[in-house]
Amino acid sequence: MQTWNLVSISVLLGVVVRWGVSLNPYSGAGKPPMFGDYEAQRHWQEVTYNLPLQEWYFNTTDNNLNYWGLDYPPLTAYHSWICAYIAKILNPEWVELHKSRGYESSAHKLFMRATVLVADLLIYIPAVVLYCLYLTEGSSKRKVSTLFCFLLYPGLILIDYGHFQYNGVSLGFALWGVVALGLGWDTLGSLAFCLALNYKQMELYHALPFFCYLLGKCIKLGLTGRGLFLLVRIAVTVLMTFALCWLPFLSDPNQTLQVVRRIFPVARGLFEDKVANIWCSLNILIRFRSILSSDSQLYLSFGCTLLAVLPSSIKLLTKPNFWQFKLALANSSLAFFLFSYQVHEKSILLAALPACLLLSDLPLMVIWFLLASTFSMLPLFLKDGLLVPYAVTSLAFLFFSIYLMSALVHCSEEDLRLSAYHKLFSCLPKLDLAYILRWKFYISVAAMAGLSIMSVVLAPPPHLPDLFTVLVSTAAFLHFLGTFIYFNIVQFSGPPSKSHKKNH
Amino acid sequence: MAAPVADSQNWFPVLALGVSLLKCLFINAYRSTDFEVHRNWLAITHSLPVSRWYYENTSEWTLDYPPLFAWFEFGLSHVAQHFDRSMLVVENLNYASPSTVLFQRLSVIFTDVVFIYATRECCRCVQEQKRSRDNLHRPSFILAVLLLWNFGLLIVDHIHFQYNGFLFGFLLLSVAKHLQSQHLKGALLFSILLNLKHIYLYVAPAYGIYLLRSHCFAQNNKDGSVRWRSFSPLRLLALGSIVASVFALSFGPFIAMGQLPQVLSRLFPFKRGLCHAYWAPNIWALYNLLDKGLVMLGVRLRLLEEAGLHRATMTGGLVQEMQHSVLPSISPTVTLVCTLLSILPAMTSIWRCPRGARGFLRCLLLCALGSFVFGWHVHEKAILIAILPLSILAVESREDAGIFLVLATTGHYSLFPLLFTCAELPIKVTLMLIFTIYSFTALRKLHSAQGPLLHPLEVVYLLGLVAVAIACEVVFPLSPWQQQLPFLPLLATSVYCSVGVCYSFLRLYVSLLRQREKPKQP
Repeated sequence: MQTWNLVSISVLLGVVVRWGVSLNPYSGAGKPPMFGDYEAQRHWQEVTYNLPLQEWYFNTTDNNLNYWGLDYPPLTAYHSWICAYIAKILNPEWVELHKSRGYESSAHKLFMRATVLVADLLIYIPAVVLYCLYLTEGSSKRKVSTLFCFLLYPGLILIDYGHFQYNGVSLGFALWGVVALGLGWDTLGSLAFCLALNYKQMELYHALPFFCYLLGKCIKLGLTGRGLFLLVRIAVTVLMTFALCWLPFLSDPNQTLQVVRRIFPVARGLFEDKVANIWCSLNILIRFRSILSSDSQLYLSFGCTLLAVLPSSIKLLTKPNFWQFKLALANSSLAFFLFSYQVHEKSILLAALPACLLLSDLPLMVIWFLLASTFSMLPLFLKDGLLVPYAVTSLAFLFFSIYLMSALVHCSEEDLRLSAYHKLFSCLPKLDLAYILRWKFYISVAAMAGLSIMSVVLAPPPHLPDLFTVLVSTAAFLHFLGTFIYFNIVQFSGPPSKSHKKNH
Repeated sequence: MAAPVADSQNWFPVLALGVSLLKCLFINAYRSTDFEVHRNWLAITHSLPVSRWYYENTSEWTLDYPPLFAWFEFGLSHVAQHFDRSMLVVENLNYASPSTVLFQRLSVIFTDVVFIYATRECCRCVQEQKRSRDNLHRPSFILAVLLLWNFGLLIVDHIHFQYNGFLFGFLLLSVAKHLQSQHLKGALLFSILLNLKHIYLYVAPAYGIYLLRSHCFAQNNKDGSVRWRSFSPLRLLALGSIVASVFALSFGPFIAMGQLPQVLSRLFPFKRGLCHAYWAPNIWALYNLLDKGLVMLGVRLRLLEEAGLHRATMTGGLVQEMQHSVLPSISPTVTLVCTLLSILPAMTSIWRCPRGARGFLRCLLLCALGSFVFGWHVHEKAILIAILPLSILAVESREDAGIFLVLATTGHYSLFPLLFTCAELPIKVTLMLIFTIYSFTALRKLHSAQGPLLHPLEVVYLLGLVAVAIACEVVFPLSPWQQQLPFLPLLATSVYCSVGVCYSFLRLYVSLLRQREKPKQP
């Protein structure tokens, strides 16, 4: 069968799964007074539609910033504004100022879900298709399998279509950036990435690899000749894109500063809720938040993040090729997630995207990590009433990806890109790495399944109300740390061997 | 797909598991009144004694399936009580707590195991001309996808809500047993099926003739005609006792209680109209259209007076008897005669020369389609009785593949009005696209050596479906006609699809009768 048929079937299946998940409840459904992210997005539509642009980010009588104030960069605001216009045509009640607060109806839910799907169809899905068809190795069947698994990644589907957010937009733009860089269109790539940054500030997790890759490329071309020319072009593109996105806010420095303050709230503490990063996990042993002042928390996390990001970034700077770039993206976003300040559990999606890029190169490890990342958001899904879609999509992803990518077959040392390290430790007794790894994988999946079932079925003991949440986040943290270390090792073990690729 | 193992069937569990998980995603989707129907039956069978099952009428959705299905619900109700006891109270009309929904949906998904098993058996019976190296292009793989991922079954069972997968499991299993020449097992399965849902009476004539002809007569003459001497009374006895005992088990208790007339009156309600509220795409849809057209023409030409005409209530949404205005009205007897006449040639054909189990399958399809096209008060869902078994033939011959594509596409499209809610629109469109794209490309690839599958005219007709779909689902709801002519999309859909269904029926007939001329074909 031709590739395009399989591609269209994969895409359609991805759409069906997305829409199937979207039939389930969203965050904060029927939970006044604050509701959830769904209400936040609806409120932004209300605010952007009814208020002049100058008031969007300011606390005014018509815009109470304590009630889901806008705290994303301008592109998000513009997106809300466009959606609000459509909403106004369909039903003016949906975006009526003040009166529409907490508005909920099945028709409105349908509209909101449809906006997510439209955004996905326009931005995220085409980027995934392009990436898998043009930038992955192997036969066309392998490419389609990768595409299918990529589209089926449950974490993103559950957050966007269940919980309700527009991560597909920012991640989609970032992916367009990756695709463009992979195809050698550096200016277009930087343009796309700037759009991603201007949609969600969290895209900063990916900024360093983009910067290092492009800079490294310029240096390689020679900073006195063509490299300089490229550098200037990229710099101009970036500045122009930013200027265009921020244009309405640039007239008044007050405006600009206010937007920046809203986007980077530093006063919120080292972490909130239970996140699978190092601070929350170590919190069981050391109470950082009571020992350290707010400022020193900030410096500590900043220092740790920098230390964690630097190795992969420097490596990328010296060797700016696509393989290193993908790994650096994964490493950087994981480092940010694990060590930086004020991390949300949903931010793991930023690390999941680069991991998906590596799906066809390192199947088992990536699938493992992607499962763990979905698992880490379990408490959130349970709160939103998404247990069934969580179980269904995770199981589907597990079985399909293992089967289609033949992940359990390809886990020898060479497949894992670890052969270089084997020489270092040749004094150790020779172990069957594939065998050990497979068992580790089984045990880990069983543990995740067990913890999921326990969180659903068992009531936590009264003196430890957060027991299962902490267990989930700690287990997920261990997985993330392991993946982080592994990706770093792979990045430093040199380019993928050519002989390996022929096996596919 | 990428697995290197070529010979094993390790793709089968993946396909089955995948579709089962997909079904789980539709738990919160729209559900029709059939959901309440089955909940009510759970309650009736659980809380009332057997003697009252067919008398209970608290809900308007009285028990109108044969006794074995009632026992099936009785069995389910024992699991149901662990989910939510309140759903088993007869008076709790329209009860749909989250755990009730979960249980009912899961019960459909789990009982589909029968269907999955039947599909596996059917895949084993498929003849493979040449072993393709690639799993993706093997007939058994294609058949598995066509059956397991069948669009109609997915939306009728898992969104609209019914237990067709479970029932079709029995039908396909019995077909598979016939293909494997295990006639008695096949007969047993079919008689169980008949006692689960009596709609399968449609295909009973094919079973009757085939079993009598191929099982009870052990040998044929050289030219394929029946050898009367070879009649084996023993085989007939075995067959008869199997069928009779299943019926006795099912209806026996009710006969003993003297309730048979009541049960039968529930099973065969005759107070219904020629066509369902939404016309099934059969010959009567065309007939109704012709009648309406003539009325309009008559009024325009002043040959008819508007006041004297019957109020047109055919698509008003109520199940009631309806009269035609110009053409003669159709009575149940007329439809019965038409149906019998339409299947008679097929019957005589396989009596004269049975072409093995595949001839039987073809005859079964003709029975199903014949009664669909000419039957009284046919539901659009009944088209699945033809589409599913035809999948088996479609992967074996090029001609049948062409018929399958026409029938499946029109038949499936005619199911669209079942899901009329906005939220389910993307699901039905994408699922339909997935199935259609897959069936077209896979079957074309499979039969690529023997030329194209479809005649250009057929392609034009099928492309017309896209236009109808866009007009009905997108243009019409936004147009001013929505208020005046609310039934127009339904009418257009059923009339357009009925052309395709009737055409497939004729082509299937031609293929059966043409094969008769060359009986030596394998």
